[in-house]
Amino acid sequence: MRVAPQIPKAACFLFFIAVTAAQQPSGESVDSAPVTPETTSLYGDLAPGSPEGVTAEDQPNDPGSAIIVRWNLAPGDNDKDSLVSGYLVYRSESTDGDFALISSLPTGSTEFTDSGDHLINGNRYFYKVASVYPADTLFSAVSDAAVPRPQFFHTRRLMVFIFMLLFSGTTVAFIIQAKKGRKLYVRPIAGINAVDDAIGRATEMGKPILFVPGLGDASKVATIAAFTILARVAKKVAEYQTRIIVPNYDPVVMTICQEVVKEAYSSAGRPDAFDPKDVYFVTQDQFPYTAAVNGTMLRERPATNFYMGMFYAESLILAETGFVSGSIQIAGTDQLIQIPFFVVACDYTLMGEELYAASAYLSQEPQQLGTLKAQDWGKVAAVALMIAGIIVYLLSTGGGNSFTTWVMGG
Amino acid sequence: MESISIGTMFWMTVAAFLTFCIFSFLYRDNPFYRFAEHLVVGISAGYWIAILYHTSLTDLWIDPLFASVTAFGNAEGSVAGKIGMLMVNILPGAIGLLMFSRFFKKTSWVSRWPIAYYLGVSAGVALPLYLQGFVIRQVAANMMDPRSIFGMIFAGGGAANFFQGIGEIIIIIGSICGLAYFYFSAEHKGIFGGAAKLGIWILMIGFGATFGYTVMARISLLIGRLNYLIEWVGALSGFFGS
Repeated sequence: MRVAPQIPKAACFLFFIAVTAAQQPSGESVDSAPVTPETTSLYGDLAPGSPEGVTAEDQPNDPGSAIIVRWNLAPGDNDKDSLVSGYLVYRSESTDGDFALISSLPTGSTEFTDSGDHLINGNRYFYKVASVYPADTLFSAVSDAAVPRPQFFHTRRLMVFIFMLLFSGTTVAFIIQAKKGRKLYVRPIAGINAVDDAIGRATEMGKPILFVPGLGDASKVATIAAFTILARVAKKVAEYQTRIIVPNYDPVVMTICQEVVKEAYSSAGRPDAFDPKDVYFVTQDQFPYTAAVNGTMLRERPATNFYMGMFYAESLILAETGFVSGSIQIAGTDQLIQIPFFVVACDYTLMGEELYAASAYLSQEPQQLGTLKAQDWGKVAAVALMIAGIIVYLLSTGGGNSFTTWVMGG
Repeated sequence: MESISIGTMFWMTVAAFLTFCIFSFLYRDNPFYRFAEHLVVGISAGYWIAILYHTSLTDLWIDPLFASVTAFGNAEGSVAGKIGMLMVNILPGAIGLLMFSRFFKKTSWVSRWPIAYYLGVSAGVALPLYLQGFVIRQVAANMMDPRSIFGMIFAGGGAANFFQGIGEIIIIIGSICGLAYFYFSAEHKGIFGGAAKLGIWILMIGFGATFGYTVMARISLLIGRLNYLIEWVGALSGFFGS
């Protein structure tokens, strides 16, 4: 038997060979008549091609280590033809170096973000993209060099930047005014006014005060506000010569609480009365911490309990135990889900921003009052912006959408 | 019923006993509760020391520090880059070590430096994040087209559309009135006082819904614990019955 002449490799064509044979006595067929291969394109009239217009550029508004690769759809990558089965993205550190496969993407893809520690800021990277056809993989030209770099300014955070500038400027302006002696009015808040009464009650009863700074770490705004309130409470405690107990969940918060209480005792003129053992670390586990604080409430029987900071599922357990042990309770948290539990089980609750306002109101320090005033102006600005957005929508729906997108940052 | 080993039965009984110890708090403080409380606090404190040692001290400081030291023996990379990495890994440790100055009266003031650094950086990072996440997004979410809202209410698109339109009006009015309640520079009087009162009412309705939802979740936790006790009783009777 003879093998047909070798068919040239052209993977995108199929060859049909017709063979005619006649039986010979020798058992071997005679040669068939010569035939011309009949070819039919697998892709019809379409010429397969590699993705064109491959570009690679540093991803904007990031800390670096990310490059966006873009390309145009290869011929046949559409709902009608559906010839492309996907794309392969390759990367190299030089145009003529080894290109390593870094991702395979489905049909219709025109973009890939290469990111991670493998990209070093300042290095040059080159990309090429291959379109995958049933019988071919066609490579694009190599992209221009892309260099990942961190950006100093995040352009999509422009609105945040404007707010920050306005807020900071307003804060400084109000602080200067407060320092010059201008009286900045802050409306009374029931929970804040009760603080001094609660400390007085503890003194009269000869019982300690329990201050629970919550489960947040020192980076949380509510915990930072709790430090200020603790400073005020501890100063009063020192003046009234009673005792304050501060069980802590976080070791760093404990250290700060110790400093705050120590400072408060010093400013009250009684530094020797400060006992560091009253500001102690319990454990960094939610419910064991709760069990320990509950035990403290029942054994020490504090006259007043303060819960200030971030609280989670333990809020009701703590407040209920305090209620059962007969303490006056003042809570403050910005955790919306926990506020209802404090509202039902405590005598006074500082809700959300009232917690932040409390520290300013209590201290009457120009810095804090100025900040509180700036926050109020920030609220006015937020309402004004909201109404402006609605008006823009009324004037033009498209304009409203654009305005909202701009406010959101892109 | 599957047979239970003596070890499993023992630990199930310990867990049931500790559950009863904690439940005894419902009566009053007692030695059983105190025992369970001290046990759980002690175990969790020890457990967290081990966790923090592995996830913070070694993972975030000791290992990167050693890696940056051993990098000097590697031919790859510039010396300046290696020195930079070494400094990046030494500085946080050095700042952290300053906290130990608290143990010495004369130098205890030094410990305020890492605290000041930590608080300053935390506040600086938190401010733009809060602005973006809680202020800007909320404001943008309230920018709605009044024509589309009224369209939903009056165009007769069914009950779902009607209530969605009403809901969006409540969100806008609720946000403005809620902000009025948290405005501290003026007394709550007149129209402003009325808006603030409406704001606190809307907040309280929200809190009420949250309260009910969370209480239901807590009850399911209690049911889970009671189920465990029932299982334990069944296992106990099976263990001694077999």
